[in-house]
Amino acid sequence: MTREEIKNNGDDMMIDDPKPKIENEFNVHYLRIYYGNLFPYSDIYKWLSYGHDGKHPGCDEYYFGRREFSFTLENDVYLRYKSFKNASAMEAAIKSNFPYKIDIGAVYSVDPDKRHAYAHSGTNLFTPVERELVFDIDITDYDDVRYCCSGADVCSKCWPLMTVAIKVIDTSLREDFGFKHILWVFSGRRGVHCWVCDAKARRLTNEQRSAVAEYFRVYKGNENNAKKVDLMGHSLHPFLARSYVDFLKNFFEGELQATQSIFSSKEKYEKILGMITDEDIQADLRGRWENSSRSSLSEEATSLLRWEQLKKTLQSKRNKALSLRTCIEEIVFTFTYPRIDLEVSKQMNHLLKAPFCVHPKTGRVCVPIDPNNCDEFDPLAVPTLSQLIEEINSGGVSMDVDDDSDRSLLGKSIKFFRSSFLEPLLKSCKEEIESSYKTKIEKSKDTFNW
Amino acid sequence: MEVIRSQKRTVSNDIVSTPTLPLYLTAPPMEVRLEEFELFAIDRLRVLKGVSDGLARGRNPNEMDDLVDTLWKEHMRLPDVSEMINKDIISHFVLRLVYCRSDELKKWFLSMETALFRHRFRIKKIEEQRTIVGEFGLPYKAVIGAELESLKERLGLVARSLGQISSDVENIYYKVPFEEVPDLVAGRRVLLQKGYAFVAGSQLVSLVVTQFRSHLSKALILTNRKWTTTIREREKDRLTPIVEALSTSYLGPDYTQSSEYADISLKDIDQVSKSSFPLCMRHLFEKLREDHHLKHGGRMQLGLFLKGVGLKLDDALAFWREEFTKKVGSERFDKEYAYAIRHNYGKEGKRTDYTPYACSKIITSAPGVGDHHGCPYRHFSEDNLKAALNRMGLSSRGMEDVMDKVRNKHYQLACTLTFEAVYGTSCDTGINHPNQYFEESQKILKSKTPAAPV
Ligand code: SF4
Ligand SMILES: [Zn+2]
Repeated sequence: MTREEIKNNGDDMMIDDPKPKIENEFNVHYLRIYYGNLFPYSDIYKWLSYGHDGKHPGCDEYYFGRREFSFTLENDVYLRYKSFKNASAMEAAIKSNFPYKIDIGAVYSVDPDKRHAYAHSGTNLFTPVERELVFDIDITDYDDVRYCCSGADVCSKCWPLMTVAIKVIDTSLREDFGFKHILWVFSGRRGVHCWVCDAKARRLTNEQRSAVAEYFRVYKGNENNAKKVDLMGHSLHPFLARSYVDFLKNFFEGELQATQSIFSSKEKYEKILGMITDEDIQADLRGRWENSSRSSLSEEATSLLRWEQLKKTLQSKRNKALSLRTCIEEIVFTFTYPRIDLEVSKQMNHLLKAPFCVHPKTGRVCVPIDPNNCDEFDPLAVPTLSQLIEEINSGGVSMDVDDDSDRSLLGKSIKFFRSSFLEPLLKSCKEEIESSYKTKIEKSKDTFNW
Repeated sequence: MEVIRSQKRTVSNDIVSTPTLPLYLTAPPMEVRLEEFELFAIDRLRVLKGVSDGLARGRNPNEMDDLVDTLWKEHMRLPDVSEMINKDIISHFVLRLVYCRSDELKKWFLSMETALFRHRFRIKKIEEQRTIVGEFGLPYKAVIGAELESLKERLGLVARSLGQISSDVENIYYKVPFEEVPDLVAGRRVLLQKGYAFVAGSQLVSLVVTQFRSHLSKALILTNRKWTTTIREREKDRLTPIVEALSTSYLGPDYTQSSEYADISLKDIDQVSKSSFPLCMRHLFEKLREDHHLKHGGRMQLGLFLKGVGLKLDDALAFWREEFTKKVGSERFDKEYAYAIRHNYGKEGKRTDYTPYACSKIITSAPGVGDHHGCPYRHFSEDNLKAALNRMGLSSRGMEDVMDKVRNKHYQLACTLTFEAVYGTSCDTGINHPNQYFEESQKILKSKTPAAPV
């Protein structure tokens, strides 16, 4: 099997167009160099150890070793349930397999590598016990609301849909759920992944994960049901209201109109008219827009004008029917609200691609995204493997992984990963290990007191 | 609790002071007559079975309240209150023994007992509810003073988002870690702030039910341990046979084994899909033929159904391969999808046999963008559903009857009516399982086919 046939291994089954030019961005040889010199092993190890790699008596030294990894290799061989004792074992395995993709799974009750040894001893010995709460958002799920690209392609016009998704979800995870240690990662091509790493998040049961996922769901239907968002009740839930006021509304009227001009042609606006339940209003607006189709305004201006007309009409008829009241919000939500692949979030044992992998189709590194500055993130400016190799070859950067200076292409990302995510995370992990050790000691004292 | 053969029983006095909705925290010290052991358990099973049917038929919470009330009166009521409480407690503890014996049984019992408890709690008077809450000793603090003031506006929004017209808030809110009220979080029925859910007094039932469920779940594990280590052996001549018979005498078919009407092969599959598949499966089947691809939810729903109708593993692999390779190529199929199919048949991984999904599971699934699984009666828009029914040959009269059920959210009844319209016979049991739909339909079709001439 040749490189071109390696497909992106997302959970869906999108077929990628072969893009021969990628040859230049990605090849096995480059990948070996990348894993040999640039991949941040010790950061990944420290992260996934959650403080258990320390000397404290409360540390569980086998914690990291019970984590599942899986590799997808060049020849499409797929290795699941790999696990590593420590950082150097992980590094050695990666360097000898140079996987095209590394996935991270759950922490299990026993070492995944040895799961067969336990298979016959009882029913449920090999079960997932901890897992980050993860989210997967993919631009291909937005195909019906973007007109610049489709499928796996993204450009600067549709990427903002991802940006707004990050803002909505990140804010809610922090404000509503109280999580603090959240890592956003570019998936290398067409979306973003989110890892919520707080201890509380890692211990959620599947039922609790589903609850969080469902909290984020507003899409009721699928393609068999044209009206996708159904906001019932007499007002929005505070989470939806905040998302609407703080992010979605402005995005819809600003950036989305500027980049997608969603009312500019008949084909586009018919989709929106279809969301209005009142046929008279539909006909009225359609009549006005068909007549104005040859105006001299720009696409964007036409689109904005029509949106204003639609809003005015709906507002004036607000009292006519209950369903019209939420119509404006529903349109905005349909176009802009995050479309999360919720199934990924609901199960502890779902795999998700590791940060700092390289996407075999684009050659781009899966770098972290700063949610506080996600507007500045440009997926097309993310360093590619060939750029990184070139940088090494030209001697512009030391081969030391620990060089996280802003000067090198990857350095900035690694620096961000360490200072904004890893350090605060490890600090709270240490505190937690310390305090749970203390309570354990207290408890054992109690039992001696009898 | 001790099982005896004698006819009289010494009633302990503290039973009388138990509220009418016991929490079953500990097995009370009392003697049980052997015949009551079995009879009480069967009565309770009738109630649980009724609850299970009600849930499968998609009854809403208020309808479930009524159903539970009726079922209870029908099967559990005794003229003497303390006798009734005894029956309640004894039957519950007997069924713990019956249903602790496998994960599958445990899961069913846990859901049904929890549902039963939920609705019995809901129909109690408020004072009685308070007492029950007190008994659990729920560790939650009521939100008061400035904190409550600062939340009022958003609490009002939550109330309005749930359909209340005014933005009045309730008198009491409890501050609870969000993990403890997953159902309220999932439905956005509470305000969340920094990891806490603010649960209104009227939502207390959710908290109590969570406690009940987690307590029962732990208790079942302990019961299982006692059962396997001592009781089974010690009671092998007396209680064990009763316990073992009780669970099998009851559970309906799960369609893991194919029956005489369920035996299809690859060459018939297209024809059979048109003649005997329920709408949910027809839709998946057609989409697969059309797109050569289904997302995970669809692959599971259709795949397990096909297993249930008797498609052999090799045929199943051939069937999926034929379609998927058109889209992803055979290497990727073998690598990523074949495993899951073999897994469904218990040939890989944990080697558990996956059971085909019942309607209740399909109806409550939540297909997202690009998914085709789920129950069309629930998940299709009205227009799409009508078009699909039209293709199944329903008259406009029949269609209206079906749509009427759909509008009232009786999805399985809608499916039953479709069945009756298509095959021209009545189906009194109602459709509860796609594989049942299939088998009933095959029975009818095969009885109509004239026997081959000799
Ligand atoms: S009611 Fe059951 S069998 Fe009928 S379509 Fe829905 S899920 Fe399928
Ligand atoms: Zn684009």
